[in-house]
Amino acid sequence: MRRNAVAVVGAAETTDLGRIENLSQIGLHADAALNAMADCGLRPKDIDGIATAGQTPVELAHYLGITPTWVDGTAVGGCSFMIHVRHAAAAIEAGLAKTILITHGESGRSRIGNPPRRVDPQSLNGQFEQPFGPMGPPSMFTIPVLRYMKRYGVTEEQIAQVCVVQREWAAMHPRATFRTPITTDDVLNSRMIAWPFRLLMCCLVTDGGGALILTSAERAKDFKTKPVYILGTGESAETPMVSQMEDFTSSRAFRVAGPTAFQQAGISVNDVDHLMIYDAFAHLPIYGLEDLGFVPRGEGAAFIAARNTAPGGKLPMNTNGGGLSYMHSGMYGMYALQESVRQMRGTSPAQIDGAKISVCHGVGGMFAASGTIIFSNETPTYDW
Amino acid sequence: MPEPGRALPAPTPETQHFWDGTQAGELRLQRCDSCGKNYFPPRPFCSACGSRSVTVFKASGKAILWSYVIHHRPVPGFTPPYAIAVVQLAEGPRMMTNIVECPQTPEALQLDMELEVVFEAQNDKITLPFFRPAKG
Repeated sequence: MRRNAVAVVGAAETTDLGRIENLSQIGLHADAALNAMADCGLRPKDIDGIATAGQTPVELAHYLGITPTWVDGTAVGGCSFMIHVRHAAAAIEAGLAKTILITHGESGRSRIGNPPRRVDPQSLNGQFEQPFGPMGPPSMFTIPVLRYMKRYGVTEEQIAQVCVVQREWAAMHPRATFRTPITTDDVLNSRMIAWPFRLLMCCLVTDGGGALILTSAERAKDFKTKPVYILGTGESAETPMVSQMEDFTSSRAFRVAGPTAFQQAGISVNDVDHLMIYDAFAHLPIYGLEDLGFVPRGEGAAFIAARNTAPGGKLPMNTNGGGLSYMHSGMYGMYALQESVRQMRGTSPAQIDGAKISVCHGVGGMFAASGTIIFSNETPTYDW
Repeated sequence: MPEPGRALPAPTPETQHFWDGTQAGELRLQRCDSCGKNYFPPRPFCSACGSRSVTVFKASGKAILWSYVIHHRPVPGFTPPYAIAVVQLAEGPRMMTNIVECPQTPEALQLDMELEVVFEAQNDKITLPFFRPAKG
């Protein structure tokens, strides 16, 4: 796939975020999709490709009145939307569709039209994990962390810094759920969920959605919105069972998806102006920084605690406040993508001046899958 | 009505040997006849080399504590706080389990502590493998 051949021309979140009691889950998808179409002046008849997770692309195509020539229902958890961007870029380059809509909507808090998740007792998870008492991500995604802490001598106080720094970013966003500053003590004194994880180290549970519209970079010039180009992409998968990760201190899916995207983009970590790393829990930005090569092994927590990713730091990260403070409906990836697009358009409430390259890295399941997108706002210079 | 208990596994043809093993007081793993890899969870082929020539064998039951959380929220069949642990078996594979006959505290649950398997019947069909501090 060529660099910069495809661009995001439409991007929007749902009209509201937080607690939304007047829309079901598919309604959140549609609200976000209509907002993204309005953002770039399109109507459903102009869309010929659709990708989504949570609902099926069939449901969304029908609900929105779209006749697609390309559909993608990749559903591998919260990074599905990064992977949709990757697949959409490839599809547009291959001529399978011209204008692709990617939607996310999730009634994570109000749970309207959002069936309860159930672990099948015949599945590998149902046979070899569920009998031992996990109850969703807070008690499973967190299991590898003690091994990481022991290997590298990382403390609970350092991990708590992730939450403190991200709240500083959230304070700049009028739409963020939590904007009041917090201290390390606030984090460590919050209610114990699954030691060593306290409440403030765990993501929010809210309602919302978001949508993106992609087209070729050539055609993107005809839109009123500032194009955000797809510079590089990567994806991978490891295991549905957190107990079966190859290495508890690192994600294999991260180590495949991230470098694949950097290689395609032809950039190094030193070229990155802005970074989003999916933070369902406080340890994920630490693993992400290390697995994508921004810092050496074992130094991610100290890097964050030294305020390198904080406002004014050299590597601004999770500038919407992340899943810990901005919003988290269950599959957070779309909101990380939206903040990357805002940063590349120059419209984020926490705008990084002069940012030209944004890396958006997602996780799916509990270290089960990963997707990485590298965005650029610089017009392609090579010949078509 | 009795209170709902913990979630229990429903064996499949590919995993039946494992659950038959726990009922018989054996922790059964699989080994590839082609490349020699010991692996878990059960499947009728080797995930390292793809060979269908594999053998079920009885593991030693020895392990070390690899990582865990101490869960503080209510779950049917459990009294919080309780540890959800992953152990590293002496033969190589890791598995999720609970640590029994041990206080469920960070002080008592030290990573790399030596453990041994114990079996607890949940009903007349399902016996779960747990681990306790090794008695030497």
